[in-house]
Amino acid sequence: MKIPQIKYLRKPKASDYMYLFFANITGLTVFVIEFFKQLFIPPYEINEVKKHMDELGVKTFPIVSVTGFIIGLVLAMQSQPVLQKFGATDFLPATVSLSVIRELGPVITALIFAGRVSSGIGAELGSMRVTEQIDAMEVSAINPFKYLVVTRVIATTMILPILTIYVIFLALIGGYIAVIITENMSFQYYQNAVIGAVEFGDLIPGVGKTFVFGFIVGIVGAYKGFTTDGGTEGVGRASTTSVVIASLLILVFDLVLVKLSLMLWPTLG
Amino acid sequence: MADTRVVEIKNLSKRFDELVVLDNISIDVKEAENLVVFGRSGTGKSVLLKCIIGLLRPDKGEIKINDKNVINIPLKELNEIRKNIGFLFQSGALYDSMNVRENLEFQLIKNTDFTKEEIEHKVHDALKKVSLEQAINKMPSELSGGMRKRIALARSIIAEPKLMLYDEPTTGLDPITSKEISELILNLQKSLNMTSIVVTHDLICANIIADRAIFLKEGHIAYQGNIDDLTSSEDKFLRNFFSEKIIKE
Ligand SMILES: Nc1ncnc2c1ncn2[C@@H]1O[C@H](COP(=O)(O)OP(=O)(O)OP(=O)(O)O)[C@@H](O)[C@H]1O
Ligand SMILES: [Mg+2]
Repeated sequence: MKIPQIKYLRKPKASDYMYLFFANITGLTVFVIEFFKQLFIPPYEINEVKKHMDELGVKTFPIVSVTGFIIGLVLAMQSQPVLQKFGATDFLPATVSLSVIRELGPVITALIFAGRVSSGIGAELGSMRVTEQIDAMEVSAINPFKYLVVTRVIATTMILPILTIYVIFLALIGGYIAVIITENMSFQYYQNAVIGAVEFGDLIPGVGKTFVFGFIVGIVGAYKGFTTDGGTEGVGRASTTSVVIASLLILVFDLVLVKLSLMLWPTLG
Repeated sequence: MADTRVVEIKNLSKRFDELVVLDNISIDVKEAENLVVFGRSGTGKSVLLKCIIGLLRPDKGEIKINDKNVINIPLKELNEIRKNIGFLFQSGALYDSMNVRENLEFQLIKNTDFTKEEIEHKVHDALKKVSLEQAINKMPSELSGGMRKRIALARSIIAEPKLMLYDEPTTGLDPITSKEISELILNLQKSLNMTSIVVTHDLICANIIADRAIFLKEGHIAYQGNIDDLTSSEDKFLRNFFSEKIIKE
């Protein structure tokens, strides 16, 4: 595995930024390729993956719960006056559920997840790098990439879709609460309206793309952490830059995947 | 028996950008020999050990371990060789997300087929050697600096490697513990026929363990021989290094 060296420069010039940009892209690409190469080689470290999924779940549960509920609440509150203007408040459940399922739920969950998890992985692996713990694994003939990187990336990829479904669920509840404040709508009606508006086909691109987002969060954090350079200061940098890069990539890939899913399922548009 | 060469280093050079750290170094270490490496801070002693274990790639030269070249070989082959080498990091490098027991058993679980009981036994045994059995369930952050060093030592010898590379095994330890650790290194040599390269500044330790010593200076091996020759040398640099006072002209 050959990763371009990224050395920290105190006073970078414009050309250095260009270099860093491309070095990061190549480095990440190398990392992704290495991930898929090692994914299928035993040992599979199932226990490590489980452990990381557990930790990630516990770590992000509170914040995504609050987020999910508030997204639904705010979205319904914002849409309600607009729809009322057109006398279309009956469409409130459909509006809320479609926006939450297709776009807001997956993307906001992913961004929050990136903030919480990419930085965590970056800092954790970064400090292992600078304190020679990764080297220690290497000299004990243990493959640190497999043990540290692959397990974490699998865990983030698997857990984000689950969190997203949970967030969508909470957002729909939040939406209902906003609705009953102003409208006289029974839960039964709301539920039926949501189910009527949402097709199963909406869930696939919406939740499907979160596998990609989860992968991005894991691989970016692991890449920045694994290649940390420059002591404790470097650990801080690894942690913050992984959030920046992961968030940017999530948005870029959202664009790409939405375009793609509209091409594949034109009826959704 | 005493003439098989375990480590063979030929014309090794390593630089970091402009900084030449090792310049054309050749060292042979025989089986069951303890070689002590001296040198002032920053002369490349740790770099030398890291080149041997394959953490750093030398720019030039050859390194052979048990007659097998270790540079530019596939990771799989390198790992097979590494399983027979123990490495004590200068910083200890304990896994700080694992407690002491997990630190010690980690490589045994990953690399060997020992049963749970056998591993348990080995862990206790290794901890006993560094007199830290009571720390078995502690996390690294709960240990003192010297304790961390000793746990790291226990971790590096637990698989009973044929070759040990120690990077300052006694730095930061009190004189008594330091002597105990030196005795331990000597015992391992005797009982397991272990070959060792020991980087140290600690003369007491060196006196106990060294069969032979080399002195690195400016990227070269400036002096070598047995330890008494080095310490009693008339050379001004060596006298300054080993005596208690700074000697001026
Ligand atoms: N990864 C690295 N990148 C750049 N320079 C390095 C690297 N590792 C070591 N060096 C440089 O190589 C030189 C030798 O370092 P090394 O750690 O081997 O010293 P040492 O002899 O072990 O010193 P000490 O007794 O203080 O541990 C130092 O000048 C150091 O700055
Ligand atoms: Mg050193």
